[in-house]
Amino acid sequence: MEYEVVIGLEVHAQLLTKSKMFCGCSSEYAGAAPNTHVCPVCLGMPGVLPVINQQAVKFVVMTGLALNCTIAEYSKFDRKNYPYPDLMKGYQISQYDLPIALNGWLTVSTNGQERRVGIIRVHLEEDVAKLFHRASPEGETYSLLDVNRAGVPLMEIVSAPDMRSADEAREYLVRLRSILQYLGVSTGNMEEGSFRCDANISIRPKGDQELPKAKVEVKNMNSFRAVFRALEYEAERQKKVLAGGGAIVQETRGWVEEKGVTVSQRTKEYAHDYRYFPEPDLPPLTFTRPWVEEVRGQLPELPEARKARFVAQYSLPLYDAQLLTGSKAVANYFEACLALNGKGAKRAKAVSNWILGEFNRLLNAANAEIDSTRVKPARLVELIEMVDAGALSSTAAKAVFEEMFNSGESAAQIAARKGLTQVSQASDLDSFVEQALAQNHAAVVDYKAGKTQAVAFLVGQVMRLSKGRANPQVVTSLIKKKLDGTS
Amino acid sequence: MALSREEVRHIALLARVGVTEEEVERFREQLSNILENFQALQKVDTRDVPATGHAIEMKNVIRPDEIAASLSQDDALANAPRREGEFVRVRAVLEF
Repeated sequence: MEYEVVIGLEVHAQLLTKSKMFCGCSSEYAGAAPNTHVCPVCLGMPGVLPVINQQAVKFVVMTGLALNCTIAEYSKFDRKNYPYPDLMKGYQISQYDLPIALNGWLTVSTNGQERRVGIIRVHLEEDVAKLFHRASPEGETYSLLDVNRAGVPLMEIVSAPDMRSADEAREYLVRLRSILQYLGVSTGNMEEGSFRCDANISIRPKGDQELPKAKVEVKNMNSFRAVFRALEYEAERQKKVLAGGGAIVQETRGWVEEKGVTVSQRTKEYAHDYRYFPEPDLPPLTFTRPWVEEVRGQLPELPEARKARFVAQYSLPLYDAQLLTGSKAVANYFEACLALNGKGAKRAKAVSNWILGEFNRLLNAANAEIDSTRVKPARLVELIEMVDAGALSSTAAKAVFEEMFNSGESAAQIAARKGLTQVSQASDLDSFVEQALAQNHAAVVDYKAGKTQAVAFLVGQVMRLSKGRANPQVVTSLIKKKLDGTS
Repeated sequence: MALSREEVRHIALLARVGVTEEEVERFREQLSNILENFQALQKVDTRDVPATGHAIEMKNVIRPDEIAASLSQDDALANAPRREGEFVRVRAVLEF
């Protein structure tokens, strides 16, 4: 039987507010000493009063609008009760039945096809403390608690079960992260845990419309690649279970990166009993329509719009525009280069080629981001201008760029130091040409006999003699001029 | 509305309270009585009353996104049942 995969994703994104969700502690927990960004509110002490961070609410409204959601007129917070040491109060302040944003969509494109993935809801909650698991020398296991992260604003984005492949799920995440970065509401960094994803996945006979009865929740995926691999694995696993006459058990499974498998996390089967109830400490939120429209009007240019503009304004191929605008930092870098070189759109394709080619290759190899490299836009533009002016061959330019990337020096400095500057002056090339013609009599004879391709061989000899520094276009015309002139 | 002994044990578990067999029976009776008293509320006709989360008419109580002083680490850890270095030490956490 042919099966179809059904995937829905839940994303938790930390919001880029300065302070925490319900108190004034700094939400910058990453570099802080443990338990120093804490106060009675986020420590969950009795008798304290949380107050809603206005900026966090606005970020969720912005996200909701960017995801084509309806913004609620009335929204409230609820307590989600469960006992766990990373939850200081014994409950998490979250939103249950009245989230801030609902019913939107996000466009994904896989294999050249565009599809809308539904967004069920976007709501606001608080992050939990961090636990570090330890074992004493006697073998006793225990945990250490750092409360700095507790209370950091967390936005949950729940998709509809609309994705039909691991590829589509990854594409959804890439697009979603890109939107959050463009909005400036989250760093979207998956490795650092500021952008987390859980997946619900099931399979059904192709053509079925109903959702399968049992779905599997997959957790512990810490990169886009991990999400892709885990979902591919899980879909295959479920197909094998069904093919073997088994049934899918509704359960939570954890992705084990090193082994490339999902394993059941079935522990004691406590039915989750969160006993949600309205948070009595937080009055509800209302959103007037004029205010929502005001926020909509303030939204920055989003990836889709920027992509379309890159195609229209810079005459870039859609492929280039798609790749450049996928990351806000890359798109900004690209436009900074164009603003600098004075030729704007005319050099757009060259800049794009460098960014998507050599630059991207080196960034990937170094696992670095474009906005933190030593090659500033002005330096890349200088390199491109040298190539344009014939001062560097395209081969030499690649070597120079790699050196720029590593050392931070300018292209001119490196080219001069390494003797890579391209020689384009006829007067400087004449001696090489004379030498090549004198040493390769047979090729000269061939050319005069009508074998014009012999020129390529002679150009190659000049390149060799000049150690690659000769400008091949200039050399070609010099050789032709000499040979045609003496015939 | 009478609770079962099983329900009492479940409630005790959720509250992380240990109960003896005698207590299960005692709390079963007491909690059942409380629930019965609250049943009186079910008789009120609430068809035209919107769900009420808050008793007072306040809304949009928000604060600007500004950083305020936090506690010192020593103050933060002063009430910890057990401290280890810069952390609170807790018993091993079991997934559930």
